[in-house]
Amino acid sequence: MTEEWSVRALTTKAIAEKPDLFLSGHRACAGCGPATVLRLIMKATRGPTIVTEATGCMEVVSSIYPYTSWATPWLHTAFETAAANASGIEAALKVMKKKGTLKQGQVDVIAIAGDGGTYDIGIQALSGAVERGHDFLFVLYDNEAYMNTGIQRSGGTPLGAATTTSPAGTAIPGKLENKKPIAEIMVAHEMPYVATASPYYWRDLLTKVRKGLEVNGPAFLHVFAPCPRGWRSDPAKSIEYSKLAVESCVFPLWESVNGQCQLSIPSKLVASAPQKKKPVKDYLQGQGRFRHLFTPQNKRLLEEIQRLTDERWQRLLKKCETA
Amino acid sequence: MKNIVKQETMALNGDEAVAYAAKQSDVDVVAAYPITPQTIIVEKFSEYVANGEVQTEFICTESEHSALAACLAASVTGARTFTASASAGLALMHEMLFVTSGCRAPVVMAIANRALSAPLNIHGDQSDSMAQRDSGWIQLYVENVQEVYDSIIQSFRIAEDLQVLLPVIVGLDGYTVSHSLENVKVLSDDVAKKFVGTRELPLVATHEGKNAPFKLDPENPMTMGPIAFPDYYFEFKRQQDEAMKNALAVIQQVNSEYAEVSGRSYGNGLVDAYRLGDAEIAAVCVGSTAGTMKTVVDELRQEGVKAGLLRIRTFRPLPVEEIRRALENVKAVAVMDKSMSFGGNGGAVFHEVRHVLYDAEAHPYVVDYIYGLGGRDTSPRELRRVYGDLQRILHTKRVKKPIQYLGLRE
Repeated sequence: MTEEWSVRALTTKAIAEKPDLFLSGHRACAGCGPATVLRLIMKATRGPTIVTEATGCMEVVSSIYPYTSWATPWLHTAFETAAANASGIEAALKVMKKKGTLKQGQVDVIAIAGDGGTYDIGIQALSGAVERGHDFLFVLYDNEAYMNTGIQRSGGTPLGAATTTSPAGTAIPGKLENKKPIAEIMVAHEMPYVATASPYYWRDLLTKVRKGLEVNGPAFLHVFAPCPRGWRSDPAKSIEYSKLAVESCVFPLWESVNGQCQLSIPSKLVASAPQKKKPVKDYLQGQGRFRHLFTPQNKRLLEEIQRLTDERWQRLLKKCETA
Repeated sequence: MKNIVKQETMALNGDEAVAYAAKQSDVDVVAAYPITPQTIIVEKFSEYVANGEVQTEFICTESEHSALAACLAASVTGARTFTASASAGLALMHEMLFVTSGCRAPVVMAIANRALSAPLNIHGDQSDSMAQRDSGWIQLYVENVQEVYDSIIQSFRIAEDLQVLLPVIVGLDGYTVSHSLENVKVLSDDVAKKFVGTRELPLVATHEGKNAPFKLDPENPMTMGPIAFPDYYFEFKRQQDEAMKNALAVIQQVNSEYAEVSGRSYGNGLVDAYRLGDAEIAAVCVGSTAGTMKTVVDELRQEGVKAGLLRIRTFRPLPVEEIRRALENVKAVAVMDKSMSFGGNGGAVFHEVRHVLYDAEAHPYVVDYIYGLGGRDTSPRELRRVYGDLQRILHTKRVKKPIQYLGLRE
């Protein structure tokens, strides 16, 4: 690994000067969290990189023929195939290396998918590719529902959220099920690197992308990505929500290196000063998808969400302590 | 024929012959998932990998869907790729079949043709690949083990031809060919490798106005598999169909070049006619049934019956002209279908052949026989009945039942 490619080289100046690989001009909505996430991710690449993306918002807004927002080789094939594509690309690069036909010394592979392409339809291909140990980074941009098709619930949609297929009705108050603990599921694969990140803490995000690329073997990065259209939230507040989610421990930041779990600094601060931990309602308030939770009849559901968030947070703290 | 090379004879079954041909074709990436009756192909290939006989990266995927997705991605990264499947596996790939041909990725896939569930059945019929006939893949169907070996080698040339750039399915009848042991003449590694050649990539214009090889290459970033709206999508599809038409000439060319090296050819590569020149009645079939049919034709000829056979080797692209020319002077034609098109007017092959003959000046009688589903054995006696029916049609000038089932309890 050369010095210029190492994590340490991620200085603010270097980041600012590095040309974008995810270019402006794409057709994402105002305040789109995933678009910000993608731009940041591509700022952290260490050299020649091939990207493959699942069908979804970011694929659709960035590749409308004959235009493209990708200044790096990019492939889309289907909804459930991001990790399988990465396997194929990585295998092809390996053979080219063996046969001496690869011009670059190292080419990194990044697979990108939304929550639908990761939690649901893409989980089989992801699990398979990780089990096989391909050297690639899988980035999940989690906007917590099928936003591209019009806000339908996914395995990543949180408890209580209203979507078009889990609407808040008079009998059922939004989604009745919990969000799948996807990053922990990936840790259970005993893979070398798993981390969570949020675009408010951009340096943490970039560092984790770089770590994921540098590790030998598969890496998984779960990135929180607010969607103002789907969340019925103010487009100006996407980054604010990505801070509140961490401060309220709805989306704690941590990483697992070879199974060793560790809190990242923003969440470590919350852990060391529990009085600063924000109530979940601070995060939920203002998002239209949770509006119904603030009515008297849904009071208990709101309390349940707080209880579950605390429970998951305590479990995480324990895991990081024992590590 | 002075250039024909000396060839070794090996005892191989159909699956082993496929694996051996893929090995000799210097494949870069194989991604596959096991399914009967294809499994021997990936098992055999795994042995080559385990023994260091190939440089191939072998990916044992967790599903056929991922197998084809990985092949497609490897292919557009510049690798020569191969996979194999059958039945439910091919059905699971359905979505990716269209994506692969749409991305113009020249993946080669062997299909050990097998029935589709339900009820579950592991035996041979052609329901699996016939159901994928509109997926944009070239489809070749072989008669025997020798032909499957030869066809796999040829397929890389066909798929990767710059006028084509389309994926190819080579169909071998499950068990009848996949598990039958035959003496197979094989080319030496050097000759096979030279015949297949190294993969050439087309040059395309990049957004910077440069000409660069069409692949995922950090030196010349390209966006592949984009979204195309109604303003562009249609043109992509038209180009794909044009490439299919180009394949007709390329398949013939490769067939004759291969004959110069090996001494073996399969008709003109598209259709293979047997004693059809002066035939009054003829059967049309796809796959290994041709072997039994030829025996029946020989018997009938000895009895003075002017019987013939046309085997369609290339089903996609459909060799329209060749089929018409071969059959237009025949008076009655029986089409053999080893798959069912539920609620349709006969089977897939019948649809095509009858359609082609609509434009023939003389309109022969055309009838359909659906046979062999789920591996039901078809005997020479039953096939004789088919020709007998054709004779009766000629005699009575009447078709009683245009679509019939052969070897079925009703």
